[in-house]
Amino acid sequence: MEATTGLSIMTAKELTQIVLAHEELFILDVRNESDFNDWKVEGESIDIVNIPYFDLLDGVDDALDKIPDGKKLLVVCAKEGSSKFVAEQIVEAGRTNVQYLEGGMKSWSEHLEPVKVGELNGGGSLYQFVRIGKGCLSYMVVSNGEAAVIDTLRMTDVFEQFAKAQGAQIKHTLDTHLHADHISGGRKLAEQTGATYWLPPKDAGEVTFAYEKLEEGRNITVGNTTIRIQPLYSPGHTIGSTSFIVDDQYLLTGDILFIESIGRPDLAGKAEDWVSDLRETLYSRYKGLPQDLFVLPAHFGKVTELGEGGRVMAKLSDLYRNNPGLNMKEEDAFRRAVTENLPPQPNAYQEIRQTNMGKMNPSEDEQREMEIGPNRCAVHDR
Amino acid sequence: MSVIHANQTLDCKGLACPMPIVKTKKAMDQLEAGQVIEVQATDKGSLADIQSWAKNTGHQYLGTVEEGEVLKHYLRKSSPGEVKEERKHPDVVTNEVLLAKLAAGENVKILDVREQAENVFNRIPGAISIPLGELENRINELKPDDDIHVICRTGTRSDLACQLLTEKGFKNVTNVEPGMSGWTGPTENNH
Repeated sequence: MEATTGLSIMTAKELTQIVLAHEELFILDVRNESDFNDWKVEGESIDIVNIPYFDLLDGVDDALDKIPDGKKLLVVCAKEGSSKFVAEQIVEAGRTNVQYLEGGMKSWSEHLEPVKVGELNGGGSLYQFVRIGKGCLSYMVVSNGEAAVIDTLRMTDVFEQFAKAQGAQIKHTLDTHLHADHISGGRKLAEQTGATYWLPPKDAGEVTFAYEKLEEGRNITVGNTTIRIQPLYSPGHTIGSTSFIVDDQYLLTGDILFIESIGRPDLAGKAEDWVSDLRETLYSRYKGLPQDLFVLPAHFGKVTELGEGGRVMAKLSDLYRNNPGLNMKEEDAFRRAVTENLPPQPNAYQEIRQTNMGKMNPSEDEQREMEIGPNRCAVHDR
Repeated sequence: MSVIHANQTLDCKGLACPMPIVKTKKAMDQLEAGQVIEVQATDKGSLADIQSWAKNTGHQYLGTVEEGEVLKHYLRKSSPGEVKEERKHPDVVTNEVLLAKLAAGENVKILDVREQAENVFNRIPGAISIPLGELENRINELKPDDDIHVICRTGTRSDLACQLLTEKGFKNVTNVEPGMSGWTGPTENNH
């Protein structure tokens, strides 16, 4: 026991709070260099260094030189084992205020932080679920004992418990499009709660299960008070991509429009094929919508996009002013920007698409492995 | 698939990170330079980690064979003097010269004196494989009049092999430097 005195555990939830509150933290990431370069914990007040644990087998003296004394230290690895192994040695070397991340980057990738977006007319609320480690966003509309979940993530129990705590029954799960960067929990959550699963039919040509078609103008009502969820066909990231307007206040854009970037058109086929659809959606369809709608995307790319309490949201009119993806006047420049020099594709994106179509049924562990890494659905994610 | 010979097999099945590498390091410390270890692990993360570890420590990562859930990693312990040792055999050519001879269709016999575990993952097509330690006993597999180019990873073991062959009356023996570590020509493998 003596060896672990002074060593404590930090959960992914606690780390999220630190990132959102801009608290100072020094992280020693002991994974191998390539995993670290691919993906790491990010935050505006976080300092991070990478020293693989296998370089510290003979002792941590080299690492101690790089870790500021007196600052809060968190040791992180892939799952937990190696970070504990290194953190124990750092404590033995006399350092205090040392923690390791419970469950490692796997837990970090799976943590969802619920944030209230705002009130809805008729007494309802809209919540955003921030998957801070991977940059994914889900939404829940709650009104008068009913709930709808949009772009549900794989961790379906989080949504079930949250709805339960609100005293709401999940009636609908909706996906804005067939996802390529993460495994959708929409179908599973619908099965578990008896809800209806909705998908854009043009993205669902090859799916192996029954679903309800999301078609333009077909409203979905949640609760007794009418909270219209209005689908709006908006192709570009995928051919079926559909946006939702909730309560005439919020525009859920899926992977078409982000806060600081726009969606990439190459993950479900050839980029060239969908460039004009994407341009039409961004430069014409969305322009025709009320400009005071609040945009709520399915992803964020950088921690700087996280607002109050972690919320990711911006007014449509502001995005037309500030988002570089909406300010490319020349069609040719736009075409080049969304087809050339794109970031690497998300990890296992083909297998993820197959899974979301119901054609593959990987185990829980395999699903976790497939989803590791950042989402990379935007054009400007580097 | 051929069986890969290792001097030691280390069972790390069911162990989570960092234990596979911790145990590999300990086992490696006990090995003689040049010996090969087979590390059996089920932790998928061990693949990238063992490669990076080998790179950082200078040991030679040979390759990995996947058998069901088990990953078999092969590593060879390098000796500190392997690269620097003074070479004695006078006839030496570069990889490029050998490559040109092969391209020109010259009748060259290539003798690869690395361990079999190194050879299976990466070798020149048609090369004869006889590990240095077995060369003396298997010397009758070679003809003393052939034009033999001897290759290993860095040129050290092949230098020793050239000396041995010359001593045994071989007339036309050439060492290839640096050897497989810098080989850019065609290769084949069993896995």
